[in-house]
Amino acid sequence: MLQAYLPLLILLVFAVLIGFLVVAIGHVFGPKRPTARKAAPYESGMVPYGPGTRRISVRYYLVAVLFILFDIETIFFLLWAVVLRDLGVFGLVEMFLFMGTLAVGLIYAWKKGALEWE
Amino acid sequence: MDAGMIWEWIIKSIFLILFMTGGFAYVTLLERRVLARMQVRIGPNRVGKFGLLQPIADAVKLIFKEELIPAGADKLMFIVAPVITVIPALIITGVIPWGTSINLFGREIALSIANVNVGVLYIMAVTSISVYGITLAGWSSNNKYAMFGGLRSTAQMISYELALGLSLVGPILLAGSMNVMDIVQAQKTLPFALLQPAGFIVYFMATLAEINRAPFDMPEAEQELTAGYHTEYSSMKFALFFMAEYIKMIAVAMIGSTMFLGGFQGPFVDQLPWLGPVYLFGKVIVWLFVDIWIRATLPRIRYDKLMALGWKVMYPIALLNVFITGILVVLTTKR
Repeated sequence: MLQAYLPLLILLVFAVLIGFLVVAIGHVFGPKRPTARKAAPYESGMVPYGPGTRRISVRYYLVAVLFILFDIETIFFLLWAVVLRDLGVFGLVEMFLFMGTLAVGLIYAWKKGALEWE
Repeated sequence: MDAGMIWEWIIKSIFLILFMTGGFAYVTLLERRVLARMQVRIGPNRVGKFGLLQPIADAVKLIFKEELIPAGADKLMFIVAPVITVIPALIITGVIPWGTSINLFGREIALSIANVNVGVLYIMAVTSISVYGITLAGWSSNNKYAMFGGLRSTAQMISYELALGLSLVGPILLAGSMNVMDIVQAQKTLPFALLQPAGFIVYFMATLAEINRAPFDMPEAEQELTAGYHTEYSSMKFALFFMAEYIKMIAVAMIGSTMFLGGFQGPFVDQLPWLGPVYLFGKVIVWLFVDIWIRATLPRIRYDKLMALGWKVMYPIALLNVFITGILVVLTTKR
């Protein structure tokens, strides 16, 4: 059974090789004449000030947390979609209860302003 | 399992990777030519006939460019990030069948690398990985623009991934299987785009956001973020990001054609199996043309509107589509 995944593993190995090979080619053939100016972060010609990596706006964390919630739901949907024909009406009702719970969650997040960017 | 089988897989893997990288080179040319024509320009036509050698010239130029690593960058992450971005793009099409099977050198060769029964799950899983590369690239550059671009890109990609995942539930419901081959076979008479119009449109828009194409190319909004997460990248590492972006463009076109437009199905494909790849690539090229056409037509949308569209419009529509499709599937199943 697991044998079906072996070609994907071979493909992955080649993809990793290609990725590092391309980086290596650039490294070998490209000239290297670094100066302090060149190494400075590019900010459209302005002299950069302050640290490059700063604190991240809390909005992004919120999006990430919501994403995890709803993405797991999507995985459930994929599996449910395969067996729905066998489950029939029972599977349909069960999933709609689940879907309703999630819809309530989405509406709650919406009303709380978690989806606003202002 | 014998040695011949392993060689077959190795040859098919190398072929797929060469095909995707070669495809990438010529999609860039196609895009530049088509965009130029739409803007009443000529586009690159000097290197080789019709500019056909332009991608090679670009590659040679990039190879001999200087590699810069900004001061204060996280060196390891900075080098690994483009590789992490390109790997998923290269392996995602491993489960897409190009046809049933052909007889070559007295061997029956299946026209797909792997025929696994969780094909769609594999596609979903691999799509998610490419987010890491972009986040790490933005974070490791030690550059404000790069970090904002990386963050925006990440938030956008994960928001649209929800709608993308739900839009693929429709074809699975109709085919009753997650095996990509079964989904293609179920579209023998009618492509799922006709049965799932809402799902098809959601898939199309979500993938435009997923691959950061216009009108959702916020992460690379040149006017405000210079070049987004790859501002600090030069030489072949920059080429890898470009490669990932265009290969993903081909990959989502291929997946979309397979899930919604009947994949390799077409007239006479049963008698002549080698017509399968021809049909598939015909569909992919039309899809890519539409992508480019959209880029030439639509302006970029504002970031807050983009996030609102993903969460407040696309996601509910996709959910509703699954709801209705589920009811119809149960009603039409004969017990």
